[in-house]
Amino acid sequence: MSDVIIQLENISVAFGGTDILKNLNLTIKDKEFVTFLGPSGCGKTTTLRIIGGFVRPDSGAVYFDGYNINDTPPYKRQVNTVFQRYALFPHLNVFENIAFGLRIKKLPEKEIKEKVMQMIERVNLKGFANRKTNNLSGGQQQRVAIARALINNPRVLLLDEPLGALDMKLRKDMQMELKKIQQESNITFIYVTHDQEEALSMSDRVVVMDNGIIQQIGTPQDIYNEPSNAFVADFIGESNILDGIMIEDYMVSIFGQKYKCLDKGFDRYEPVDVVIRPEDIQILDPDKSSLSGVITNVTFKGVHYEIIVDIKGFKWMIQSTEFHRVGEWIGIALLPDLIHVMKKSEYSGQFGDYSSYSEEYDALSDDSEESSDEFSEQEEEL
Amino acid sequence: MKKFNKIFTVLVYIFLYAPILVLIVFSFNSTKSTIDFTGFTLKWYRELFTRPDLLKLLMNTLIIAVIASVVSTVLGTMAAVGISSMKRRSRSMVLTATNIPMTNPDIVTGVSLALLFVFAGTFLRINDVFGFWTLLIAHITFCLPYVILSVLPKIKQMDKNLTDAALDLGCTPTQSFFKIMLPEILPGIISGATMAFTLSLDDFVISYFVYGASFSTLPIEIYSYTKKPMPPTVFVLFTIMFTVIFLLLFFMNMAEYKKSKKKKIDL
Ligand SMILES: Nc1ncnc2c1ncn2[C@@H]1O[C@H](COP(=O)(O)OP(=O)(O)O)[C@@H](O)[C@H]1O
Ligand SMILES: [Mg+2]
Repeated sequence: MSDVIIQLENISVAFGGTDILKNLNLTIKDKEFVTFLGPSGCGKTTTLRIIGGFVRPDSGAVYFDGYNINDTPPYKRQVNTVFQRYALFPHLNVFENIAFGLRIKKLPEKEIKEKVMQMIERVNLKGFANRKTNNLSGGQQQRVAIARALINNPRVLLLDEPLGALDMKLRKDMQMELKKIQQESNITFIYVTHDQEEALSMSDRVVVMDNGIIQQIGTPQDIYNEPSNAFVADFIGESNILDGIMIEDYMVSIFGQKYKCLDKGFDRYEPVDVVIRPEDIQILDPDKSSLSGVITNVTFKGVHYEIIVDIKGFKWMIQSTEFHRVGEWIGIALLPDLIHVMKKSEYSGQFGDYSSYSEEYDALSDDSEESSDEFSEQEEEL
Repeated sequence: MKKFNKIFTVLVYIFLYAPILVLIVFSFNSTKSTIDFTGFTLKWYRELFTRPDLLKLLMNTLIIAVIASVVSTVLGTMAAVGISSMKRRSRSMVLTATNIPMTNPDIVTGVSLALLFVFAGTFLRINDVFGFWTLLIAHITFCLPYVILSVLPKIKQMDKNLTDAALDLGCTPTQSFFKIMLPEILPGIISGATMAFTLSLDDFVISYFVYGASFSTLPIEIYSYTKKPMPPTVFVLFTIMFTVIFLLLFFMNMAEYKKSKKKKIDL
């Protein structure tokens, strides 16, 4: 257990009578890149602030290196934070922002200068030392925030949606850069995002959260290939989620048909959720398959076509590199190792059917997520 | 329409500044007449400096104004910081409590303070309670809400994460206040202090109820002159006070303007 750096034990938090975190348990290993992933409002920032020392849990304990740090104030924790909107000090220039932590530690002026200049070079901000922070671009402000935290040599760096305000291209570059910084500096990164792609591509382990509850902890491969419930399956990538019955170990029945699968450990005839990823479905001639239906929608996505097919009233999403026409009758094949069986949960039936699928719907749901986030921020300020 | 607006604006400013201009003009008048301008002289200016009583009063007024504005600025800033960290409901209650004394007529504040001081004086067995301390306490009291209300919005505008970031980087809460919060809310503090200073400087109504024979201020004594013909030295005094305050505000606005202009260029 010596390589565990942070442990959260039965953490619960409520704000104004609403439960925000419910009995959270989590261990984070030293030098690990862990990501908290979940929709906005699920409690990611709150969890991060508990580790940083800005929020005191109502119950439960936080351990650092095996010691309970519930009563340790933020300025005594070996943890530094990159805040959601950077929180750079507006009255200080780039150099002084980065030097801030060292000045508080009262390091000699010469050493401060050396270290800060090194750090400025490391985050590619050479020539910006004397600039005010409010006339830097988003990406540059981002780098200042990272430099300001890293220069203190923290054991753990907390990053709250650090790339959230950047555009797509810059975001991809910064993802790589952050990963590189983490590997070079050899410190633990705890990273918050609501972007599943970002989480999958950067992390050693991903913690999927919803509604103040950890839904699943695992490697990116684990949570993608073996989601623990319908929420995770839907939140991480696209999924068709069907009702099934577990006949026996390695045998599940969907639409009354038996299929071989790789899952076991369920009761006989237990109702289950069955996940089939859209890219794992093969398209066949309708007469070669027992599952066949008519295509209702085809969208070109660049790498592949996204095809919605109505089979016995359930709308499947299939990703295929071959073009098919709307109205075409096709059959589909399910392979045993591409079927994943999950226990029923409170999320069963909410996700995984594409009957309401349309482009506008996607855009709408994204928007509403943004605005609700804005709203909660404003509330805090009032 | 535009022309009309311009004329209107000019008229407003004439109305605003005409009285003080008349006062300034008559401070240079060679006779005591306030009707005829009989000739230019500086003799009243010279005379002012041979009037220790007036100079002493001016000194008193300034002492009270400086101490009251400093104390109310410190207390008011601390109160504003405290209020801003309260829960929403108790915060709005405290804010209402802050607003009420400001909307109270001065005369009510004056009378109630006087009553309080008499009561406290009897309680503490002080014979003549009215004087320096009662004036000072009264001035601090009526300045406080103005300071609080000019500092609070600055705290609200500040990114809450800034103080967290300071703690995160190793500051104790005290360090984080002085190093991060104070520079951010300084404009609010300065405007609060200026307001407190000018309010204290020209307060008459409240001071009238709480001053004593041992310590009085300029506005109170001037009031007693209104029954006799007013000596031109008083005009001189007012002219000097007006000029000082005018210059003070002028330079503060210039500084603010330069700063905002610089910001725009930076962007
Ligand atoms: N200081 C606070 N007071 C009241 N409610 C809060 C406070 N901070 C966060 N919340 C609420 O807690 C929930 C979780 O917030 P947060 O941890 O910021 O979520 P996330 O970072 O996952 O978007 C939200 O519903 C938010 O409105
Ligand atoms: Mg958040």
